[in-house]
Amino acid sequence: MTDQFEPTVIGFTCNWCSYRAADTAGTARMKYAPNIRLIRLMCSGRLDPTFVFKAFADGADGVLISGCHPGDCHYVEQNFKALRRFILMKRVLVQMGVEPGRLKLLWASAAEGAMFAAEINKFVEEIRKLGPLNWGKDEGGRMKDEISSFITHPSSFGEEVPA
Amino acid sequence: MTTSVKPKFAMYWAASCGGCEIAVLNIHEKILDVDANFEVVFWPVAMDAKYKDVEAMEDGSILLTLFNGGIRNDENEHIAKLLRQKSKILVAFGSCACEGCIPGLANFSSRQEIFDTYYETISTDNPEHLRPQSHYKMPEGEVNIPEFYPVLKTLDQVVDVDYYMPGCPPESHQIAAVIDLVIQVLQGKAELPPKGAVIGVGNSTVCDECTRKRNVRSITAFRRIQDLAPVDPEICLLEQGIPCNGSATRSGCNARCPSAGAQCIGCYGPAEGVLDYGARLISAFASVIDAKEPEEIERILDGIPDPAGQFYRFSLAGSLLKAGVPAWKKNGQAKHAAERQRGQGK
Ligand code: SF4
Ligand code: FES
Repeated sequence: MTDQFEPTVIGFTCNWCSYRAADTAGTARMKYAPNIRLIRLMCSGRLDPTFVFKAFADGADGVLISGCHPGDCHYVEQNFKALRRFILMKRVLVQMGVEPGRLKLLWASAAEGAMFAAEINKFVEEIRKLGPLNWGKDEGGRMKDEISSFITHPSSFGEEVPA
Repeated sequence: MTTSVKPKFAMYWAASCGGCEIAVLNIHEKILDVDANFEVVFWPVAMDAKYKDVEAMEDGSILLTLFNGGIRNDENEHIAKLLRQKSKILVAFGSCACEGCIPGLANFSSRQEIFDTYYETISTDNPEHLRPQSHYKMPEGEVNIPEFYPVLKTLDQVVDVDYYMPGCPPESHQIAAVIDLVIQVLQGKAELPPKGAVIGVGNSTVCDECTRKRNVRSITAFRRIQDLAPVDPEICLLEQGIPCNGSATRSGCNARCPSAGAQCIGCYGPAEGVLDYGARLISAFASVIDAKEPEEIERILDGIPDPAGQFYRFSLAGSLLKAGVPAWKKNGQAKHAAERQRGQGK
């Protein structure tokens, strides 16, 4: 395979700092990997863990959560809530067999465009190394394929019985 | 003539424990109403009937089918499809059919791991390492048993479902109320709820029905209930650091567990509007933790040793992710097999 794997990464940014950081990077014409799709929330505290699970379930290979630096959140402490959700989500994802590196938290101020762009590039490369997650392209997707291929080639119950 | 013909009723169990059947019988004398108003045509736990009898029925001839249990193998799927075809109203009955429930927890593991645990652990005497085969050729012919799927699916992942009735098992008073409703519909005194409705439930959360007092909104430690003595009988369990799932769980049980001093574990499934039960709880638990430093947060979270089990105990198969990686990814299985071999090689 000569085609290199292009990961799909979803990034959630807060309106006040991290989205501005992306803006700063953009206005300064800094380039960063096009693999990331940024979604702007008002605050990282708005990040419902459902968004992250939905992103993975619908085919994202990595998810970035970003917000203002601790102490800088425009809604006082909501980014600490995001931090706690991030840590807890990561624990759950690891139990589900997902590499912890697929979920990243990044604090960025409006001035940190260059840092933001560099971190996105770094994250995309890390995900590229991890390879596709392929959770499922449609309703039940991957599992459905798995089941139908299993039914046409039944592999019996685990290991073969010694004859 | 037609008035003397009673509408037909069926109940089936797929991958389940049988508790749903007990819950139905637990409606006591109301079961006589079922008998008075319905002709029971298929109910393996209560009467003898063969699949071929169901196959011979006319499509849509069963008015009401309560289907409990998840879809674990091709027999389950076959009967789900058959009953769908034969029934006017198909109810996903109980947590297993609605969202996977305890059998759905197997979706954290590959089939290989499940069978290794079942056939090779210390409590199993299996010196020849026998494994049942789905298809086996004998001199007399081939014998077949159902194919075990890589994951457990919920009923609505294989067929169209008309109503959902959650609970592990559904509370008997709720079952009685639903049966009453159906009978009233039959008599033209009530209307059926819209298709897809969740029935036999409240329209709020367990916390809403819970009478425990809530004062503070922050937690500095989680504990298992058996490690906390005494448990305050009046204060919210979550406030006492006991991981209680009431805030994301649909009401309908009258907050039975918290009022008896045990935490809600979520058997009534996601509350109205909750897409992913576990995600809602992650959100809720993270909100009440009183810490800002990562190390401190990690320390507090260590008090929940099995977060995936805590948050998806009943709802894994019906969640957004539906299963852990080992259950659906071949390389997951390969990797685990390799690890096990390495472990044995030592
Ligand atoms: S968290 Fe549990 S104990 Fe507290 S109010 Fe909700 S249901 Fe009751
Ligand atoms: S506004 Fe940026 S994290 Fe809250």
